[in-house]
Formats: sequence, structure tokens, C-alpha cells
Amino acid sequence: MLSKIVRTVANQLILFILIFGLYVIAHGHITPGGGFQGGAIIVSGVIMLLVAFSSKELKKSLRERVLSIMESTGALIFAALAFAGIGTVFFYNFLVGTPIFGRIPVPGPGPGDIWTGGVIPLMNFAVGLKVIAGLSAVVLAIALFSSGEEVEE
Amino acid sequence: MRQVTGLILLLVLVALLVWGVLPPIMRDFGYPPSDMDDYIIENAQEETGSNNVVAAVLFDYRALDTLGEATILFTAVMGVLLLLRTLKRKEESS
Repeated sequence: MLSKIVRTVANQLILFILIFGLYVIAHGHITPGGGFQGGAIIVSGVIMLLVAFSSKELKKSLRERVLSIMESTGALIFAALAFAGIGTVFFYNFLVGTPIFGRIPVPGPGPGDIWTGGVIPLMNFAVGLKVIAGLSAVVLAIALFSSGEEVEE
Repeated sequence: MRQVTGLILLLVLVALLVWGVLPPIMRDFGYPPSDMDDYIIENAQEETGSNNVVAAVLFDYRALDTLGEATILFTAVMGVLLLLRTLKRKEESS
């Protein structure tokens, strides 16, 4: 556990890191970024907490079992969205033109619209959930193992 | 003597690898030309509704690749958790 200054700053900073990561995930179909990148940003915040506080403290709020369930949920949503378009072809973007995420943007460069993209934003969320849970579980497991703590089931 | 033989074999291997990689890098950039990239750039916005063409390629045109990527991540996480937990149990039992 580091000093009180580092802990306080990390406590304030984690909110902004979470918001920025969620923004990158949610706008993955408009601006550069996406599920993998936004998830990596959020996991960098988790690593900051891991450095500021000890892995023993973080173990109380981040259960490895919950992280495993989160990661499996993300993978299941991703595969389910892939199978949902199997009427045409595997991974068919069946939501384009429907009321849900179905608007077509103006061709050419433009600011874009959040309500576009078909299944792409939903897949971004699924992959983001998967990356957040998976990388957090890996980092937490390695930190707990190197500090000699028990890995929480 | 063994070191000299090893060095000669290493040089032969390096020469083989460089010779094998030479034809693609001697060509002009972007040759042979492909129609696929032009098609994606022109039609991605109408077909997928996504302004970010990279995301359109990742999650629509080449989504099977992304599924493999997700599987790799899943396998890596599973391996790390499995390995560290087994080591912990072994330490306890011994």
C-alpha cells in the first residue's frame, strides 16, 4: 500500500478513467477505438488501483468468480449476436435498417450518429465486457500469486 | 568445431529466410492491387451503418477473425487462472 497522497489521487482518478473507457467502448462505431481498446483503458485503471492499494485490499471488491462470470457473459453475447444473423450468413449485420441501432449515416465523412451501426455497438459492448473481466482477472491473479495471497474462488 | 558448424548452419538458415522473404518486399507497395479495400471503403457506410470503417471490418466483414481473437483471450485467461491456482494448491499440499 502506497502513501495517502497516492491513494487519494487514485481514488479520484479512477472515475475519469472508467468514464473515458466507457466512452471509447460506446463510441466504437463512430470514432477510433472499440471494445478491445476501451477495455484495455479500464483495465489500466484497475492496475492503477492495484498499485496504489495492495492486491489484498482489491481482492475484497473484485471477486475472481464474478470476473469469470462476466467474461463468459461477454463471450456468450458475442456468439449469440453472431448466431442471430445466421438466417442470411454467420455474423450477418441483421440490425441495419431496423429501429434498433439501424440508422444509415450520410455517406462520406461526417460526425456520425450514435444510433447507427447495427450489431457493431452491441458487439463492442460484449467484447469490452470480456476484455475488462478477462484482463482484470489475469492481473489480479498474477498480483495475488506474486504477493503470496490466496486466489479467491 | 561444434560452434563453427552451428554458425554455418545458422548462416544458411538466415540466408534461406531472407531469400524467402525477398520477393514480397521487392515489389512496389500495394501490388498486386486489390479490389476488396476499395469496395469496403465505398460501401461500408451503407451496408453496416457504421461511420468507423475499421470497426465495420472488425465486427462485420471479418468478424470471424474477431471471434478467434476473443477465443485467444479466453484461452489465455483460462490458462493463467488454472496455472496459478494449481501452483497454489501444490504449495499447500507439500
